[in-house]
Amino acid sequence: MSREHVLHKVRTALGRTAGQAIAEPPPARLRIPVVDVETRIASLLRNVEALAGKTRRVATREDARAYVSGVLDSKSAVASNAPFLRECGITELPGVRSGLTDAHELRVHCATAGLGITSADYALADTGTLVMLASADEARLISLLPPVHIAVVPAERVLTSLDELFTVVPHPDARTSSMVLITGPSRTADIEQILVRGVHGPGEIHVVVVG
Amino acid sequence: MPATFDQKIHETLADANLQLAIYTATGRLMDHRKHAVEPAALPDYQELRTNAHAIKQHAIDHLDHYLEQFEANVTAHGGKVVYAKDATEAADFVLALAKQHGARLIVKSKSMTTEEIDLNERLAHHDLEPVETDLGEYILQLAHQRPYHIVAPALHMTRYDVADIFARRLGVPNETVIEKQTMTARAVLRQKFLAADIGISGANFLVADSGAVVVVENEGNARLTTSAPAVHIAIAGIEKVIPRAQDLAVFLKLLARSATGQALTVYTSFLSGPRRAGEIDGPEEFYVVLLDNGRSRLLADREKRQSLYCIRCGACLNHCPVYRKIGGHSFPWIYSGPIGAIITPQFLGVMREPGLPFASSLCGACAEVCPVKIDIPKVLLELRAEVKKAEEREGKGRVERLAFKLWAWVMCHPRMYEMAAMAARSLAPADNSGWMRRVPALMDLPPVRAWLSQRDLPPAPPRSFREMWRKR
Amino acid sequence: MPKRVALFVTCIVDQLFPKVGMAMAEVLERLGYQVDFPEDQTCCGQPAFNTGYRPEARQVARHFLKVFRDAEYIVVPSGSCTSMIVHHFEDLFHNDSDGVAAARTLAPRVFEFSRFLLEVAGADDVGARLDEVVTYHDSCHALREFGIQDGPRRLLAHVRGLELREMDAATECCGFGGTFSVKFPEVSGGMARTKIDSIVRTGARTVVAVDCSCLMQIQGAMSRAGLPLATMHLAEVLASR
Repeated sequence: MSREHVLHKVRTALGRTAGQAIAEPPPARLRIPVVDVETRIASLLRNVEALAGKTRRVATREDARAYVSGVLDSKSAVASNAPFLRECGITELPGVRSGLTDAHELRVHCATAGLGITSADYALADTGTLVMLASADEARLISLLPPVHIAVVPAERVLTSLDELFTVVPHPDARTSSMVLITGPSRTADIEQILVRGVHGPGEIHVVVVG
Repeated sequence: MPATFDQKIHETLADANLQLAIYTATGRLMDHRKHAVEPAALPDYQELRTNAHAIKQHAIDHLDHYLEQFEANVTAHGGKVVYAKDATEAADFVLALAKQHGARLIVKSKSMTTEEIDLNERLAHHDLEPVETDLGEYILQLAHQRPYHIVAPALHMTRYDVADIFARRLGVPNETVIEKQTMTARAVLRQKFLAADIGISGANFLVADSGAVVVVENEGNARLTTSAPAVHIAIAGIEKVIPRAQDLAVFLKLLARSATGQALTVYTSFLSGPRRAGEIDGPEEFYVVLLDNGRSRLLADREKRQSLYCIRCGACLNHCPVYRKIGGHSFPWIYSGPIGAIITPQFLGVMREPGLPFASSLCGACAEVCPVKIDIPKVLLELRAEVKKAEEREGKGRVERLAFKLWAWVMCHPRMYEMAAMAARSLAPADNSGWMRRVPALMDLPPVRAWLSQRDLPPAPPRSFREMWRKR
Repeated sequence: MPKRVALFVTCIVDQLFPKVGMAMAEVLERLGYQVDFPEDQTCCGQPAFNTGYRPEARQVARHFLKVFRDAEYIVVPSGSCTSMIVHHFEDLFHNDSDGVAAARTLAPRVFEFSRFLLEVAGADDVGARLDEVVTYHDSCHALREFGIQDGPRRLLAHVRGLELREMDAATECCGFGGTFSVKFPEVSGGMARTKIDSIVRTGARTVVAVDCSCLMQIQGAMSRAGLPLATMHLAEVLASR
């Protein structure tokens, strides 16, 4: 298409030539607050709850399984292939379908399941955010299509902030085609500024921190 | 005959319900933002603004370099970058791709850029079915209307408007409960997401060092648009490029807070390329259309180039006392509010709507809240000068120009100024202790009439300051 | 030997609100300044600049620079005129290095009235007395271009007998905006009425500001609405005894 045309116009407008070196960009600004694990976790859970998410801090994997079982309440669910979910025994719970590797099959299950269960690669304490990188372990649609999303996260994956995330993962693209930050349940206020949850994404989210 | 700028303004001002809707919605957004950026919530706010401005300035000043870096990285990840010099080329690309795939149903997430190029119209004309999936945009699509506000597109509509639109266009019973309306849209659109052949999104940021498209949203429709269909096309203006993924630590902290007062929007997607080997779902093909459509022309102007730093947060609209009265549909183009007022003349030419740069009291509220510190009033003043130059070239506005030439001459000749002032004061009614509702015929000039249409004039004092000073 | 200050009263004060200029002089003299009024002064050029007529604005700006070239301090009862001189004169002269130099030399010597009192004269109590309930409107240029917000309130706080009631939306534009007020009168009038609603809610009887253009807009709209409220420039309040 118009690659040379557009680039040429840009260069001319800027008074630059092809391949011309650039000045140094302003240094990347990353300030990581120093916060201990316990405070981080408390902050994460508080921030998730402030967004109408539900949270639970558990000591053991068994406790995590018990919590998920309670939420499941004989509904159907799709669980991701995250090893941590298997370690918690969550993939064995009745009604939970996991081990899906085919896109089409996954979509069919996600479209009908009552819950999507995932782990998370990281969680950000200061905004109550889950960070999900798409991979063989985590499909995109599990945390998106079902009306309820439960994320079961080991405590050591809780970071302080966006700044820490981009320090730990300066190049998300090196790892995945899709990194999604999830901050609360899906919502809109498009009609009369009235808040409605669960528009397209899950209207109910649970964050379980283990350990 | 399409309504003029002044007519549209007048109609909006006359609609009391609309005035209340605009005022309330923008007031709420202002309030949310205030709480999100105050020192207790975001102590680094001012520093972040300065940083964001500096990063944008650097990216724009070296835009060709970063576009090429972005392109190389998208390609390295298995995606494809397409440069579109204008709206036609962008639409042509989508049409050709759709044809190639035998595609028919297209889902779209919110993108002002795609509205800028009238993409939906073009696609529909070729028997494709583009469906807006953002709730507000979906409602507008059904109603054949333009967005009212960058971030809250259906700000001007009530639940009753939505009930009528859904009943008429979707054949559902008339339902005025907002939650139920939302669920209706959810059900309809869910089917579209899962059946669509192509998903088209915009991009809030294009990350050069990652070949990534960043999309922020609250509903989940952008995630579905960019994850469910086999093909994802992101269409974005070339100015959306930022150098590094790490720069998002600055921009993401400013964008949602400035727009809606949220710390982060519900979903922030960082997408680089089609699904990778091993990944289970995601698109098989990934395209980024880099749109020029006049942006390269804006680049050339050093003073006004900053207009391209905009991250489309909408804060300037919410804080603009003029926008809060005239609303989004009074503006001649898709972009409204202060940012619309500065980019419209630059994209479409100053004489497309010569009044636009003057529809501002230059109060500066916009510049005060702009997360990337665009000096909007300064650009407006430059555009005003350009309008006057253009008018002179076209032989328009002769009377006003002459009046100001005369005025300037008088102001450079103090004795003339004194005489002119005394003459003007002598025209004022003799018995003038109060503010005036009317003026004698000699003073009935258009600016005086315009003033008096809304407020009274001060009485002329018996003596000017300098006369009083001399008598001290 | 008292310090000297030159008054730039602004054309609107000169012709329509002369008492504001007299009040300003009175307060400055009370503080021990010798007040000069360079008679050749006319205007800062803002009307032309605001309307897009830069060559005409430049001519008037040149005249201003000539008139005030030797003044040590120039005190102005207006945030917008001060902004024109201090921030925009340079924009006007960008091709003329002499003009730029003159504008740059002048700029640090030009002060909006309340800033002069607080930052140069170092006075927040000028011995004023006014038994009145007032509210304060933050004029846009003063507020956003010079950070003038706490200053006038500090000065008002020292006026004996004065009660200041804050209006909500004190920082919202009154709708004057120079040519905007007559090019988009309906919007301008609407903005004034919104401002007045805010004023009325305070129960104050007088509106105070540091810019006569705002006061003219507000008073004009209040008069049209038949409201028995008054406006006063900060200088007039401070000159009251």
